Amino acid sequence: MLTDLYVTGDSPVHRTRPVIKIAALIVLCTSLFAFEGRESLLISAVIVTAGFALAGLKARHAWQSLRPALWILIAIFAVQVYLADLALAAFVVSRFAVLILAAALVTLTTTTSQFVDGIGAALKHAPAWVPKARIALAISLCIRFIPLIRNTFGEVRQAQRARGLERNFLALLVPLVVRTLKSADEISQAIYARSFD
Amino acid sequence: MITFSDVSVEKSGTEILRGIDLTIRERRVGVIGRNGSGKSTFARLFNGIEVPTSGSVSLDASGDPKQLRRHVGFVFQNPDNQIVYPIVWEDLEFGLKNLGLPRDEIRQRVDDVLKRFGLQHLRDRFTHQLSGGEKQMVALAGVLVMQPRMIVFDEPTTLLDLWNKQMLMAAMEELEQHIVVVSHDLELLKGFDRVLHFDDGVIIEDGEPGAVIANYVARSRC
Amino acid sequence: MQTRDVVFIALFAAIIAALAVFPPITLPVIAVPITAQSLGVMLAGGILGAKRGGLAVLLLLVLVAIGLPLLSGGRGGFGVFLGPTAGYLAGWVVAAFLIGYLTERNWTRLNYVLAFLFCVVGGVVALYAIGVPWSAYVAKVSLAAAFTGSMPFVPGDIVKALIAAAVIMIVKRSYPIIGARA
Repeated sequence: MLTDLYVTGDSPVHRTRPVIKIAALIVLCTSLFAFEGRESLLISAVIVTAGFALAGLKARHAWQSLRPALWILIAIFAVQVYLADLALAAFVVSRFAVLILAAALVTLTTTTSQFVDGIGAALKHAPAWVPKARIALAISLCIRFIPLIRNTFGEVRQAQRARGLERNFLALLVPLVVRTLKSADEISQAIYARSFD
Repeated sequence: MITFSDVSVEKSGTEILRGIDLTIRERRVGVIGRNGSGKSTFARLFNGIEVPTSGSVSLDASGDPKQLRRHVGFVFQNPDNQIVYPIVWEDLEFGLKNLGLPRDEIRQRVDDVLKRFGLQHLRDRFTHQLSGGEKQMVALAGVLVMQPRMIVFDEPTTLLDLWNKQMLMAAMEELEQHIVVVSHDLELLKGFDRVLHFDDGVIIEDGEPGAVIANYVARSRC
Repeated sequence: MQTRDVVFIALFAAIIAALAVFPPITLPVIAVPITAQSLGVMLAGGILGAKRGGLAVLLLLVLVAIGLPLLSGGRGGFGVFLGPTAGYLAGWVVAAFLIGYLTERNWTRLNYVLAFLFCVVGGVVALYAIGVPWSAYVAKVSLAAAFTGSMPFVPGDIVKALIAAAVIMIVKRSYPIIGARA
């Protein structure tokens, strides 16, 4: 099952259109670098915190968003303390935290299908040379086939475990790739058969 | 009525089909033959997935490949390769959107086809979570929703258990469309109007199912 | 670009996503875990070629951006593009494209050694050439420091190039995509 990172809610943040949220995120990130300094960092931190509160998100959600980057942030902090000083170390790491949390605010309050619809709507206004239908098809196909390929991968792993090869990269990757590529022909035919050009 | 005039198909130097000449008017036609006999390629000629290297295929005198594709539906052996959207209703809408139909008509047609097969409860389900039988029904629904005049099935029951196979057979029985069924499952072709037996790229027998199937079975024993 | 190419792109993006669940293997001595996902990036280029390989990686990143946790360790969302290692994700697209370009150019005389070299050029040299300066800029450290910090990951990436080259050569023999009716 393909779950997104969305956290259910009905706040003003949830209801804002995805394109607005992304635009706000871009503005915030850009200003954090363009107007580099403690002031812009502080303002952004306040905005992001307010956004989290408004969206009804908990500290737990913030922590979950930061955790994947935790070790590398600790490493950067240590390097900065060693090479520069504590103030710079704190600034750099806090800026990452604000950036990641700002992004998380968008991700946690928007469903993947809202984004997909948003992309679809944006493509309607795209110039004629953009292959809109193909882009939309590629996104849907990929979402459709990830669970299927995960299953295939599971089957390949089981088959190779029976031969004692479940930790052999080659024995796992080659069948996975070849089986998937072979299905591409029939999938293309099926798409053609349903009048897609 | 679909007509094949002296159709040959060649792929990377190998002749897959040679000089196929026939007209199909019957409502239910079966296609049998051993693996590699060319029957699968033959099936794909009906709606233009494969195009003849020489000769022509025409539907009611029109040889336009887009017309073939528009009016002849195709159900593949593996529904997993046929379903292209993550959610059932999205997949059913796919073909209709490609035809450029208005939104209301698309909705209406999808609702109708779901009701017809009693699949309303699957409407919002993820396609990858369906059972094998449900997937094959959704794949068939995705073809029927386009209201083709003829439907070609390529080994539609190979991956189904007995229960699902019977469900699909019942659904096929009720179709008002002309159907062409490629199958190793000879039971499926009982009661058909005509059966074609392919071997090595040519039709070696063509006629009533009883006689053609009996000869096919006899041949497999020697 | 044909429908078939769109299907290849979508399927390969899905393969790279599926590789996120590949159990990480820890090499002795360097103790940095190897994840299979960047191996998938090398394969995308070496098997699909420049354009399709690069687009497959780009498609995966789009899905990650719109909230699907498809990167190894279940990472996803916009946050991964704003963290200190985001440059490596951008570098993936270039790596797949470059490996694909080199592979296409040398398709008929491709052998294991060449395939390995191309994977190193794209998947290590080009990747780090983008990832390292990016980290240096966003983390406000010197290039040298960022370079030193990324060194422990290089042996793992070399191992991945060794594996990827083998897979590319086997797929070239059993199911070639690049050379087939282009």
